Amino acid sequence: MDVNLQELNKTEFPVPAELENNIAITSLSELYNWGRRNSLWPMLFGLACCAIEMIATAASRFDFSRFGFEVMRATPRQADLMIVSGTVTKKMVVPIVRLYNQMPEPKYVMAMGACASGGGPFKEGYNVVSGMDKYLPVDVYVPGCPPTPQALLHGMIALQRKIDGQSIANGDDVPWYGVGTAEPTPVPVLGPDIIDPRQMDMIRRQAEAAATDMDSVGVRELPAATQMVAARVTAGAAAESEAAPVSQDALGFVLPTGAAPWAEAEDIREKRKLRALARKALRATRRAAAAEEE
Amino acid sequence: MDNPALTPERLLETTTLDEAISYLLSEYADAVSLDDREGYQGVIVDSRRLVGIARVIRDDLGFDYLSSATAVDYLGAGDQMEMVYHAYRTSGGGALVFKAQTDRENAEIPSLTSIWRGTDFQEREAWDLMGIHFPGHPNLKRILMWEGFHGHPLRKDWREAYYEEDLKPFDSRWPGGHVHRAEEKNVFGKNVTYPPDIDLGRLIDSSETAVYQSLGLGVDVERIMDKDGFETNELVVNMGPHHPSTHGVFRMVLTVDGETVTSLEPVMGYLHRNHEKIGERNTYLHNIPFTDRLDYISSMGNNHGYVLAVEQLMSLGRKYNRPTYRCEALRVLMVELSRIVNHLWAIGFWLNDIGAFFTPVLYFVQERERILDFFEAVAGSRMMCNYMRFGGLFGDLPERLKSVSNLTNDRVRDYNTMQFLTEMINERVPRTIDDLERLLTQNEILIERSVGVGVLSREDAINYSAAGPLLRGSGVDYDIRRADPYSIYPELDFDVAVEAEGDMYARYRVRVTELRESVRILKQILPRLEATAGESIWADGKPGAYAPRVPHGEAYGRVENGKGELGYYVVSAGGRGGSSNPWRYHVRAPSFINLTPMGIMSRGYKVADIVGILGSIDIVLGETDR
Repeated sequence: MDVNLQELNKTEFPVPAELENNIAITSLSELYNWGRRNSLWPMLFGLACCAIEMIATAASRFDFSRFGFEVMRATPRQADLMIVSGTVTKKMVVPIVRLYNQMPEPKYVMAMGACASGGGPFKEGYNVVSGMDKYLPVDVYVPGCPPTPQALLHGMIALQRKIDGQSIANGDDVPWYGVGTAEPTPVPVLGPDIIDPRQMDMIRRQAEAAATDMDSVGVRELPAATQMVAARVTAGAAAESEAAPVSQDALGFVLPTGAAPWAEAEDIREKRKLRALARKALRATRRAAAAEEE
Repeated sequence: MDNPALTPERLLETTTLDEAISYLLSEYADAVSLDDREGYQGVIVDSRRLVGIARVIRDDLGFDYLSSATAVDYLGAGDQMEMVYHAYRTSGGGALVFKAQTDRENAEIPSLTSIWRGTDFQEREAWDLMGIHFPGHPNLKRILMWEGFHGHPLRKDWREAYYEEDLKPFDSRWPGGHVHRAEEKNVFGKNVTYPPDIDLGRLIDSSETAVYQSLGLGVDVERIMDKDGFETNELVVNMGPHHPSTHGVFRMVLTVDGETVTSLEPVMGYLHRNHEKIGERNTYLHNIPFTDRLDYISSMGNNHGYVLAVEQLMSLGRKYNRPTYRCEALRVLMVELSRIVNHLWAIGFWLNDIGAFFTPVLYFVQERERILDFFEAVAGSRMMCNYMRFGGLFGDLPERLKSVSNLTNDRVRDYNTMQFLTEMINERVPRTIDDLERLLTQNEILIERSVGVGVLSREDAINYSAAGPLLRGSGVDYDIRRADPYSIYPELDFDVAVEAEGDMYARYRVRVTELRESVRILKQILPRLEATAGESIWADGKPGAYAPRVPHGEAYGRVENGKGELGYYVVSAGGRGGSSNPWRYHVRAPSFINLTPMGIMSRGYKVADIVGILGSIDIVLGETDR
């Protein structure tokens, strides 16, 4: 690589003009960071759709090697950067944390795309972790679904800038420049649902409270419509025949009158529609009034 | 026999679908009844006699290909669980739909794995997500969630951590200007729920042991794991979920004898992002962008299958206009371009797997990028096109292509659309395919690596419900565009690519032929686009209902996607003026079902061949795990 010594010369000490291309006076942090920011090796690790755009970014047209992300390494032990490219599921977060622990320091995590940043469109899914930062420290978030290759490149350059600002002298800034070995991130456990070992105590307390008082915590309430149907199922067919006013819709869904599972939703929608119509009417009258004034 | 059509001279296998149903109804009157719910089709089979009747359907009636097997929870509508099977004939034609019902509490339906091995994973999925037992299944373990997970998520009364409301659109999350996030309502502040009796003191993560226990049928894993000393040469090798050759977060656990694979168990679910559960809460329209993220290499094809399914349902109602001719032509244009993208990637990544690491891919990506530029200009996004609508499309082709985000390659910045397409279809893509063939088809290394490896016989391919190039590479002349045509494919002139050998090389050849056939179709589409220029893409000149009310019924829409048969099973609960959210939304994913024969395809080959065999199936994890 062509070294631009003038660019590296970051101190106030004057360098004679004739030596400007031969020597540079700089701090150790600068030099170290300069080397590191230009040789970040991402881990060859794709989760979902974003991985395809990541491959496109690595391929000939966008080519992130130009920025020093030279090669992708399939093993975490040779990688500096983990690009979490896609939806993190509860089942997958276990190996991801394990991979992160295997990466040598200094190491960085980039959350690529909406899913890795915060769950994205799949956030409400029962097997989806709403963001990588629930488990690992994330350095750069790249928005998009999926981010275009340009956006990913932008994220990578942002990471390089972040590295530029880190100092070897300041241990608080970057934990790995401190003394001793770093603690590995605890690996989540796949129990009845995913369990973060760091939260064990809290979960235990909540679970104890839930065992004594079922209503308070730990257990989600069923939505009203499902609750109703579920109650009827458990009550059995006998109770159902007693309930006199029963309507039957086209599917054969037996519904107590006025309380169909979707009736509520229908009502809400109806109200919303009325509200919208009222707003529209109001706007129209205002417009008319304004026109009259003119 | 009452039916005059079924004289002894006339084989049952050649009867029409209606005759086959009436045969079942008359011969097995005590066990088979017509499904007479409004908008439903097919027959309901007594679950106690399901296996016998399934054998009749396969052997006597000739419906040898079981496309899809899935479960529906009718909580509140009869309160039963139902397994729905779609069986087809490999000679073509429509589906014989048969169903088996069971009660919700002790849900149990006999396994059909003895008739169709292709039901293997699908029944495991139904157990995992719906909690239906399948007596007779060789390995009834959870498949998408982990062993030890609490509950069966697709049941209608299962609670989610992020449960907000029954159906979308949700009420405002900013009532009175105060933001509340779903996770803040959960006491754990996360997307988790635990059963009230959770015992954290004796918490066991059984997911890994379960994987190894389920490994292979008849392989004593304990014995292999327990052996001391050096005398053993049998080894358990774990590949994935983080592995460069598994095309994502797929995992395979294999036992090897030296270098030879003795058994292989696919393990999946690492990208299970609850597509179907989310889909049931979404409105019909909401689901279109979600389908983009199934097979994220060919989102246009995913859109197509889904809109076909919902259009089938909508056509049951009164107000429905068929898409216009221009709309159909544009759909085929997009889908065939997607197929080209898909096959270029499939071949490129398969070459990665067998050792030509990334050099060929770079050449294919070049062509892909141009097609993506076109998609971006037309639909607004490179990969997640979200382009099709019910009865129409997001928009017509623009006059000129103006790329927005594309800053590094300005050659497509401002270009006449038809000129761009013509050039691409007549020159660029064929040139790429010629290059590809010149370098690969007679390449000695490629032939050496792929001929005779990963063989799947014709019988197994059908029995395992393989689809797409995997099926056609095994000598089955079955392409849905011809066998059960949709859109304007009947009037287009193209051939179905078939190769008889059933090995990796045959699948490669099928893909190359399909690339050429796609170009042939696209060349026929171009004049159709020119002839219909100016015509509306919507039936009555203006966009159809964005949030359609879908009448009551069921529909199975399927398309021939790049990876194989992509089917959508959608149930609408009807109600006043039709429902706006599906009651059940299931995706028959080719990548998922094509993995069922992975075990038998790899037995006896070397470890290095396994990655190639997986590459030749061509899976994408968004679709496998959904």
